Amino acid sequence: MLLEVTGLSKVFGGVTAIDDLDIAVGEGEIVSIIGPNGAGKTTLFNLMTGMILADGGKILFDGRDIVGMRPSQILHLGIARTFQNVRLFPEMSVRENVMLARHCRTKSGVLRSILRLPSFRKEEEETKKRAEEALGFFGKRLVGYRFDQPAASLSYANRRRLEIARAMASDPRILLLDEPTAGMNPRETKELTELVGKIREEKSITIVMIEHDMQVVRGVSDRVIVLDYGRKIAEGSYAEIAGNERVIEAYLGTKATT
Amino acid sequence: MTELLAARQVKLGDAIKTGLVAGIVAIFVSAIGMVQRFDSRIIFSSVTFSYVLLIGIFAGSGYQAARPPLRLEGYEAPKAGVRNVLAGLLAGTAGGILLALFILVAGTANLRPIFPNISPELVEILAFGRELGLGATLAALAAAVLGLLGGALQLVPQRLKKAIGGTFLWIVLFALLRGVLAPVTRGLGITSLTDLLYERQGLSIAGLVAVAVVVFSSYFFLAGRVRAARGGLERLPENRRRIVVLAGLAVVTLFLGAIPQVVGVFLSEVLSAAGIFLLMALGLNIVVGFAGLLDLGYVAFFAVGAYTTAVLTSPISPRFTPELTFWAALPFVILTAAIAGIMVGTPVLRMRGDYLAIVTLGFGEIARLLFLSDWLEPTFGAARGIRRVPDIALGPIVMKGPQDYYYAILLFVLLAAYVSWALQESRIGRAWMAMREDESVAEAMGVNIVAAKLWAFVIGAIIASFGGALFATRIGSVFPQTFSVVVSVTILVLVIVGGLASIPGVMLGALALVALPELLREFEQFRFLIYGALLIFMMLKRPEGLIPSRRRTRELHEEEVEQDAWLKAEAAKQEAN
Ligand SMILES: Nc1ncnc2c1ncn2[C@@H]1O[C@H](COP(=O)(O)OP(=O)(O)O)[C@@H](O)[C@H]1O
Ligand SMILES: [Mg+2]
Repeated sequence: MLLEVTGLSKVFGGVTAIDDLDIAVGEGEIVSIIGPNGAGKTTLFNLMTGMILADGGKILFDGRDIVGMRPSQILHLGIARTFQNVRLFPEMSVRENVMLARHCRTKSGVLRSILRLPSFRKEEEETKKRAEEALGFFGKRLVGYRFDQPAASLSYANRRRLEIARAMASDPRILLLDEPTAGMNPRETKELTELVGKIREEKSITIVMIEHDMQVVRGVSDRVIVLDYGRKIAEGSYAEIAGNERVIEAYLGTKATT
Repeated sequence: MTELLAARQVKLGDAIKTGLVAGIVAIFVSAIGMVQRFDSRIIFSSVTFSYVLLIGIFAGSGYQAARPPLRLEGYEAPKAGVRNVLAGLLAGTAGGILLALFILVAGTANLRPIFPNISPELVEILAFGRELGLGATLAALAAAVLGLLGGALQLVPQRLKKAIGGTFLWIVLFALLRGVLAPVTRGLGITSLTDLLYERQGLSIAGLVAVAVVVFSSYFFLAGRVRAARGGLERLPENRRRIVVLAGLAVVTLFLGAIPQVVGVFLSEVLSAAGIFLLMALGLNIVVGFAGLLDLGYVAFFAVGAYTTAVLTSPISPRFTPELTFWAALPFVILTAAIAGIMVGTPVLRMRGDYLAIVTLGFGEIARLLFLSDWLEPTFGAARGIRRVPDIALGPIVMKGPQDYYYAILLFVLLAAYVSWALQESRIGRAWMAMREDESVAEAMGVNIVAAKLWAFVIGAIIASFGGALFATRIGSVFPQTFSVVVSVTILVLVIVGGLASIPGVMLGALALVALPELLREFEQFRFLIYGALLIFMMLKRPEGLIPSRRRTRELHEEEVEQDAWLKAEAAKQEAN
């Protein structure tokens, strides 16, 4: 297993966001995580990327426990993510946003930058090339004049795409997408669904995706994991999940209360 | 496409409010003595600088009040028309009435016990030397007309607008800077030029016309050309572009090198003083502008540089007297500054925003108090400081006067500017920028926040320590009182007014804000008032500064608004689904 979560838990004040959770993701899989609002899905991503510290349990990535590591170290190991509420660097250009993600794969320090040594220039060129390649993955949407525009000037859907490009540019082994289709229209959603498949095929990146749109979930996932109140209540293929009593109940239950 | 809604119009009520604010500002600058103080500075004929100030306030209020509202998504583009001019007139009138009331009150009641600056002379200036009732009426009328003219400026095309505004500013600047221009023309052997431009006081008619024509035509005809030239430069092939850039740099360096010979001792002195601040502003710009770390204790590093230099070079340094030369001491200065940077940076690694500002403010004070303390007196001499810091020597050449020091300072300023530029366009520069915009995302995207922050502090500290080292040798002594919080604040103002993260902006800001008060003594008294006002204005109206860094201009204000309107509409649509 590439990623193995065992006995993970996280409590915020009185709220148990993640409750003794076990999850495993194999190399090359596309796994969807679904569950009602507040089920702890985003918290799970935050734990897996080191942005918050687990209260208990282990997160093994490629056999190594990453709990307690800094987010930058975890990215270096190969876990990259996007955010539910798109978090770009709005004043940096589209290209710079993606170039930044190469930070963990490059090493020019202060001295080399000041002296502008040939090795610095070469690395800088390479970074730029890799960034433009990552942006090219989305067809014509983020290339050309868009390279130099500030990220803030992009449309909503393009911001989401840029965030995925940024994560991809760090050469991850596993990509965590938090509601990648939120706020997109049906055509854009369909495009993105295809793209997720393409990322796995062409880049052989394992994907874990939080998703609300069941069409998308059905379209791409090898396996679906359902969370509720921080616990795993079901797991299996889309067809298995769709007929599961507890899943239906969890969704209906929250709909009834909210 | 959906149909567009009718264009939004200026609100006349808001115009009156703007006018009232302008009136209050005019009364304020009068009551604190600015108007009277500036009255001795003649711009042209009988127009003094105080009138220029008031003209600026009222015409500015008219211009501001008449500004067409932003175009929002779904609306037609607003067009300036009679209504805008009317808004300007209303603003001017409202402000004028306030000022007239103030003149009447100040002329009849004796307010001097409370406001010592509200004197009969002030009333005379404001009332154009006429008797009270007539003077107040005239003042109100003048304000109204100025508001109208300011409003009318909104009707002319952008290019003309810029040319008119620019001409006004340059005429005032030329008149004020007579003292600067005189030694320059003397140095160049063209005193006839200053004789032509100036009368005994203020500009001559010929000077006024000449400045107006030259400035207006350059604005009008060069508009757009500069940008076109830059675009052309960017399209050149890489190697040819490098040649052009290098040639440009060579010309600039030659020009900068010739300055002290041309402008003479006094101006070189002023430029040297401004240069040290400029150097430190460039350093703080890395910390605050690039990395987004609000450091209010920056003076600490300035002090560390100055004291290290003094201890190592002065023959009467209290504890040890290695009597190194300036250059031999420099590596130690860099080292101590780097250590100081890490010492300040480490405890504040987890702090953000206001907390960081307060803690660093504390560090700045701690540094000053340490140098002042009895405990360290054996090394630093406490209040007596360290004297006889020797001049900088380059082999047999000893830098003595301000004209020599100019070169030493220029060298370090150029170095700091180059380092800023090189770092901005690099891996660490991107990491700083990302950290400034969103620290936790930067960390999640692989930036080692600890290293990035410490590097910013260390590089900032080293540049400030250069400033300190130069300062110590230029003055020839160091005292703890020099290193007060005021220095930190002044440098911060330079950075913010110049435009966070914009290297040319910071340079211009430093020259304008440090050198100008030095040249125009009547500003000195209001220095911090002006700094404060500028800071507030910058924060409210132009967060990108005077010369915004290029990446910040790309993001036009208007586009932002449209984008947000669009996003809101999208969100609403989703809610509905
Ligand atoms: N940083 C936080 N501080 C406090 N409570 C949090 C925090 N993050 C998440 N929570 C709580 O944890 C629960 C799970 O949230 P979240 O993981 O965002 O759910 P989901 O992404 O599944 O909608 C919610 O009750 C939420 O209020
Ligand atoms: Mg969520």
